[in-house]
Amino acid sequence: MTEINNKTASLHANGLECIRDDRTLFSQLDFTLHPGQVLLLEGRNGSGKTSLLRILCGIRLPDEGSITWDGTDIGRLGPDYHQHMAYVGHRDGNKLDLTPFENLAMARALGKANDTPLQVALEQVDLQGFEDVPTRNLSAGQQRRLALARLLVTDTVLWILDEPFTSLDVDGIRIVEALLDRHTAQGGMLAVTSHHTVNLDHSRVQRINLSS
Amino acid sequence: MSTDSLSRAFTVLIRRDLLLAARRRAEMANPLLFFILVTSLFPLGIGANPNLLQAVAPGIIWVAALLAAMLSLDSVFRSDFEDGTLEQYLMSSHPVSVLVLAKVIAHWLVTGLPLLVISPLLGILLGLPETGIKTLFITLLLGTPVLSLIGSVGVALTVGLRKGGMILSLLVLPLYIPLLIFASSAVDSAAAGLPVTAHLSLIAALLVLALSLSPFATAAALRVSLS
Repeated sequence: MTEINNKTASLHANGLECIRDDRTLFSQLDFTLHPGQVLLLEGRNGSGKTSLLRILCGIRLPDEGSITWDGTDIGRLGPDYHQHMAYVGHRDGNKLDLTPFENLAMARALGKANDTPLQVALEQVDLQGFEDVPTRNLSAGQQRRLALARLLVTDTVLWILDEPFTSLDVDGIRIVEALLDRHTAQGGMLAVTSHHTVNLDHSRVQRINLSS
Repeated sequence: MSTDSLSRAFTVLIRRDLLLAARRRAEMANPLLFFILVTSLFPLGIGANPNLLQAVAPGIIWVAALLAAMLSLDSVFRSDFEDGTLEQYLMSSHPVSVLVLAKVIAHWLVTGLPLLVISPLLGILLGLPETGIKTLFITLLLGTPVLSLIGSVGVALTVGLRKGGMILSLLVLPLYIPLLIFASSAVDSAAAGLPVTAHLSLIAALLVLALSLSPFATAAALRVSLS
């Protein structure tokens, strides 16, 4: 994996508020995420973790407040912001009729491609040997790993992950934790929700509990 | 982002959608089959009177093409929405409108082009004269991309709804009507030996208009649907 070049960028949230069906999920939320840091979102089901991540992705607009990347509003940056980030959500974003290889090739074309061979990306999530199997035939955990392999084929600083450990087995969790650790150690940023305890270098982790 | 990687994303996306279509052939053949069945059932229903058939042929073929396009519209974004790939397009480092255009082109290649290819045969079946068939072909060549382009805006607006099918027809059909009127009257005029350049120019203008506006409208509609 290549070193991350954009080491000075920061993500800043300013007075975020999210209202869903007349319920205020969170309000007056401020935080800043610097290179090498992890934002760990905690909270009950329905406390707005996914909504907050989607706001960070620029897919959903906050009801109040703003998000800036390097001082500029992400809505104004558009693709200039998106080229720095990658998102893996509840839905894996794999095409089930395509093979893992074809899925990764598409992901690479959509983003800022790096030079990691697709084969190597698949090996890093322990999916070697499944290059040409239709994704439909993979297990839920394997499909999840394929979704996470997308993170490895583009050059991105900010990874936004919604429950990345869902349906992964013990080995899978270990592999993914190692990937996340390496990403932050190289100066990457991470915004993640998880019900599992995440084993990451604690000095870098910034926790936000949305239920409190 | 460089134009090089943008054009790469464009071609990769078209190729991917064609590949997906090839892997789901039965689903993709549906609109074409519908088009052929509807058109060929009319002579059975209204009797084999050549003059009558020739008079209604342009209308029948165009209405059938329009309904076949409606039938296939949902496939532009529905499966991408359900498996989460649509979110990935919106977070791509390329302009969404360009990616949308690639998807619409792929959709046209899969659903519009087959209608175009089979249409002369159906023209013969309904007894259209040679000039009429030629004009029918040109109107479909200019018109079916318009069906896909306008339709994509409608699908983008309704993709987030669980039962969007009904609303989609209500949204999109009225926008198809000008095209239907110009196209079928062009074929009528051609069959009667009248000049058709005015009709064809109007349809071409519709195509240019749809081509230049609908990708932006679709991209904006997708953002609304996913937020």
